[in-house]
Amino acid sequence: MTIQFKSETFRDDFTFSNSPEAIRRFPFPFDKDEYMYAVNIEQHMPGPIKSPYEFPIDIDEHYVAEMRDRALVLKEDPLRCQSLPHMLTAEWDLVELLMESMAKNYPEHFELTREGDAWHWINRPLGIDQKFTFGDTSTLPYPPMEYITRQCQGDFCLCDQRNDDLWMDAGIVTTQADWSLDFDVGMSFKEWHGPVPLAHDIGVFDRALKFLLNLQQGRPVRRLNWTMTINPRLDTSPENYHKWGIDRTTVTPENVGNKVHLRVELQALWRLPRSNAIVFSIRAYLIKMEELVTIPKWGRRFHRVLRDLRPELADYKGLTRFRQMTVDYLAKHDDGAPTSPGFFPD
Amino acid sequence: MSGGVEIPVRVVDVEQATETVKRFRLAPLSGEALPPFSAGAHVVVTMDDHGRRIRNPYSLIDRAEDGSSYRIGVLRVPNSRGGSKFMHENVKAGDRLVITMPVNLFPIVRTGRKHLLVAGGIGVTPIYAMANELKRRSAPYEIHYAMRNEASGAFIDELRAAHGDKLKLYRDDMQEFVSVSEILPNQPLGTHLYVCGPEGMIEAILKGGREAGWPEENLHCERFLAPTGGEPFSVVLQRAGITAEVRSDQSLLEAIEEAGVDAPFLCRGGACGQCETTVVSCDGELDHKDHYLTEEEHASGKKIMICVSRLKGRELVLDL
Repeated sequence: MTIQFKSETFRDDFTFSNSPEAIRRFPFPFDKDEYMYAVNIEQHMPGPIKSPYEFPIDIDEHYVAEMRDRALVLKEDPLRCQSLPHMLTAEWDLVELLMESMAKNYPEHFELTREGDAWHWINRPLGIDQKFTFGDTSTLPYPPMEYITRQCQGDFCLCDQRNDDLWMDAGIVTTQADWSLDFDVGMSFKEWHGPVPLAHDIGVFDRALKFLLNLQQGRPVRRLNWTMTINPRLDTSPENYHKWGIDRTTVTPENVGNKVHLRVELQALWRLPRSNAIVFSIRAYLIKMEELVTIPKWGRRFHRVLRDLRPELADYKGLTRFRQMTVDYLAKHDDGAPTSPGFFPD
Repeated sequence: MSGGVEIPVRVVDVEQATETVKRFRLAPLSGEALPPFSAGAHVVVTMDDHGRRIRNPYSLIDRAEDGSSYRIGVLRVPNSRGGSKFMHENVKAGDRLVITMPVNLFPIVRTGRKHLLVAGGIGVTPIYAMANELKRRSAPYEIHYAMRNEASGAFIDELRAAHGDKLKLYRDDMQEFVSVSEILPNQPLGTHLYVCGPEGMIEAILKGGREAGWPEENLHCERFLAPTGGEPFSVVLQRAGITAEVRSDQSLLEAIEEAGVDAPFLCRGGACGQCETTVVSCDGELDHKDHYLTEEEHASGKKIMICVSRLKGRELVLDL
């Protein structure tokens, strides 16, 4: 299946939008009419055809535009991509994971040929044809993690495992919901989760860490997380808060359907073979309220979730300023009818 | 399957390394390359002894460059409940086995400035893989390998060829012992120590490290316990509504699996914590053998690691 890649922007004139097919495959994160934290981890197994879970790494119509946006972010701020020296083996593990998965599942767009350590990678959408020696950094134009993640949607963090803890010792983070790799790099699992409210008290992080320390090779897992973003901006980083923070004050009852976006992160975790590190991928999907309500079940359900969300969570996710206006907009798309169980459209 | 992804393999070579140690080379039935692994990892091998299923963890020694095989080393243990005996007496080239994906509970600390590898007897298997990885990365390391006598040193020749004077041997029959007071002083800050071997050796090395003021997080060990047999008892799986007998030659986990219940596991050696199970009640005394639960948890009688621990008594009721 050939993907038609769109030409669009995630800054300035914000021309990003979803096609009807992209709307239907949006990873809507609520299977009930209410939301509370849970360790909602499941096996990252192949999901329904055409869903974002069909393949381990999802490539969609926004691929080329997202890669262009990532290049812009890195040009302005090289510290969005960092790796401590002991993570080089994990970087190569990531090269293998992403190239293998992309080439296997999107053969019309990507191709990988391996003869021992002599690898040949072809990326047609971005016009890349690269021969290199696996394990030899000098044969690539960038360090291995940066090389491949400039060609793959989603942020990636490489976590070293030692002393019964996980350490965020490498990553590329350009499409984040207000957190900073430059700030978190080198931190342990509980350190980088420090700011999250409520979840510590119910033991979520103890259980999640214990689970992840035993994450098995060949058994990746995933979870969904969500927040909301004003304008389809991928780079909502603390480093650029001065550029996007003010957007929250620009929402009006007239533009709410167009400006306010549900932002869903498909987070997946893999145990890497050579390094024993864990890769944590965070893939952001954006959908504006006008697009969301074209799926009636999602319009009804998101209205109820947002209306009844606990204030601590709304504050933490930064929704407080525009929450009521969005609830009012969604209320017009909620006739009170019952919603069917599960995430998917009826 | 609760133990992870399984890989069917064929034994392609069996090598009698010493009187009591055999090395097995395992090739994937599928013909697809076996995954790379990080040094210190083990696989769980499933053996089928005439319908009786035995599962034991074995450290990976190495992987062929092209992924066509793994090697494991197996010590024949006189009083084992059958795993190592089965591997030694029954498993021949051409036989099929099933292994799990590699799991690493004994990884090299990649931030370490130098690495001291200490092995006793068959404990050399993970150390062997670690030494090779450190060599590949050009990281500083030393190997201290203790054995009963030269003839029981299953890996001396290969280690010597690969590591030269980084390898130091200690022979019991020559009254040579790994001495903490000799190997620990004058190591650079940031050195990590890894020990795998008999329980007494591990304890002595770790104690020496602590007494020398080494931080706990720089001392690492792997103490795989082969589950031992014991007196038979009954186990009631409350949620499944099943009662089963745990025979004297079975582990509790094996009896549960034989009863058709898919309990979670990873290491089957009392180390990883994956098979932690809630005890509903017990008529008898819990015989804890794991290294995972704390002393308080052992004393509480509320948890049991079903891969290695048992009941001394009549009946154990589990929340499974």
